[in-house]
Amino acid sequence: MAAETIEILDTDGVNRALTRIAHEILERNKGVKDLALIGIRTGGAYIASQLRQRIVEIEGKDVLFGTIDVTMYRDDLCTRSNLAVGQTDIKFPLKNCKIVLIDDVLFTGRTIRAAMDAIMDIGRPENIQLAILVDRGHRELPIRPDYIGRNLPTARNEQIEVDFDAEYKAQAIHLFRK
Amino acid sequence: MSFNPEHILGIKNLTAEEISFILDTAESFKEINTRQIKKVPTLRGKTIINLFFEASTRTRTSFEIAGKRLSADTVNISASSSSVVKGETLEDTAQNIEAMHPDIIVMRHSASGACDYLAERLNCSIINAGDGTHEHPSQALLDAFTIRQHKGDIKGLTVTIAGDIAHSRVVRSNIYCLNKLGATVRITGPKTMLPPGLERLGCEVHSNLKEAITDADCIMMLRIQRERQGKTLIPSLREYARFFGLNDHNLQLAKKDAIVMHPGPINRGVEISSAVADGKQNVILDQVENGVAVRMALLYLVAGGEKLQQDC
Repeated sequence: MAAETIEILDTDGVNRALTRIAHEILERNKGVKDLALIGIRTGGAYIASQLRQRIVEIEGKDVLFGTIDVTMYRDDLCTRSNLAVGQTDIKFPLKNCKIVLIDDVLFTGRTIRAAMDAIMDIGRPENIQLAILVDRGHRELPIRPDYIGRNLPTARNEQIEVDFDAEYKAQAIHLFRK
Repeated sequence: MSFNPEHILGIKNLTAEEISFILDTAESFKEINTRQIKKVPTLRGKTIINLFFEASTRTRTSFEIAGKRLSADTVNISASSSSVVKGETLEDTAQNIEAMHPDIIVMRHSASGACDYLAERLNCSIINAGDGTHEHPSQALLDAFTIRQHKGDIKGLTVTIAGDIAHSRVVRSNIYCLNKLGATVRITGPKTMLPPGLERLGCEVHSNLKEAITDADCIMMLRIQRERQGKTLIPSLREYARFFGLNDHNLQLAKKDAIVMHPGPINRGVEISSAVADGKQNVILDQVENGVAVRMALLYLVAGGEKLQQDC
């Protein structure tokens, strides 16, 4: 069968989803007090910075922001060839923070496990919530997102890709079927 | 790119891209050393043996801390407390250590080529922590990392290295490394300490310190290696200090923002005056700090990857 590409969300759709997530985050946490957004490199970090922008627009106040690279915490390091290690950039103490961990696509949940371990090594936050642009299912760990842009049941052989423009803003979500 | 070396034996066989990749990787590991909990689980379950046949404080501690911060188990063996004193050969010692299945052996030895010798005979990875007067790759990499930190880019810089060139493994690794990264390397020292053929390595050779440091961006001072007969090659340490010691006065010949480096241990008042060693331009302790991050990167790159797929 020939490869097939389906557009799941266009730019407007992505923007609406992000705006809704931003509102949900603010509603659940009652504003930006002690709130910290942490994006998982690289896709999650781009989404996180878009959410940060929206939160500033809605609330008029900035929110703590960081990015995290989870390569050092992966559980498959010894079976993959060497992966480049990115940088973690969290410049505020995590103690008493309500952290919203952000990634673009949620799949097996292993990346989120790695990110949570990485965060716990840096400090002890009050809680960790999870925001995801697309949840494609197939979890291998007991992990459930708190904020979901789009729920998308997929087959294992399908691929989900989030396209970013030159300014690292999410433009569209595509599904590839091989 | 993906860079997955089996051993790190020297800088000579690395490409500029590979060196830059190591430095970029070290950049990521540097952040861990400033955390409250300085540990990541990256090399959990790996065993690293530090086999040091020569005295060392910085390198051994640095490799040990690097391994521990990556959650590897590190074991230190120094010659004085090992069976070497009972007459065991290097190969026998190494084979016995290998029988305990370490993943990496970090070795320092007084014989040039000792690490290459073991790399050919053992199955585990070898990282050279200094072999005789041959190479000291992790030092050259941390030097490059420190220069990059202070100067941004190494390309186009002029780096002067002064001191006991003949006996220095640091200088050989640094010449390879800095040349590959596009710097101009100037070498200077007493004639008796300048081996013939240095120009073939691609550096400028000067017999006068003042001339060598004029307009330099970076000055790297080396110590007189007393344990390697360095002392018999000069009339006296005082005379050496007069002609080849870096002090406030001759440092002014270099660029205003030049940095002063030293691989340590420093001999105050000999190759470097106390005023310079503690002065504003010195980055000596930055070198030591960066050493841990660079060594974490080396351990990560050597230990990870497909090679281990067979073992896991």
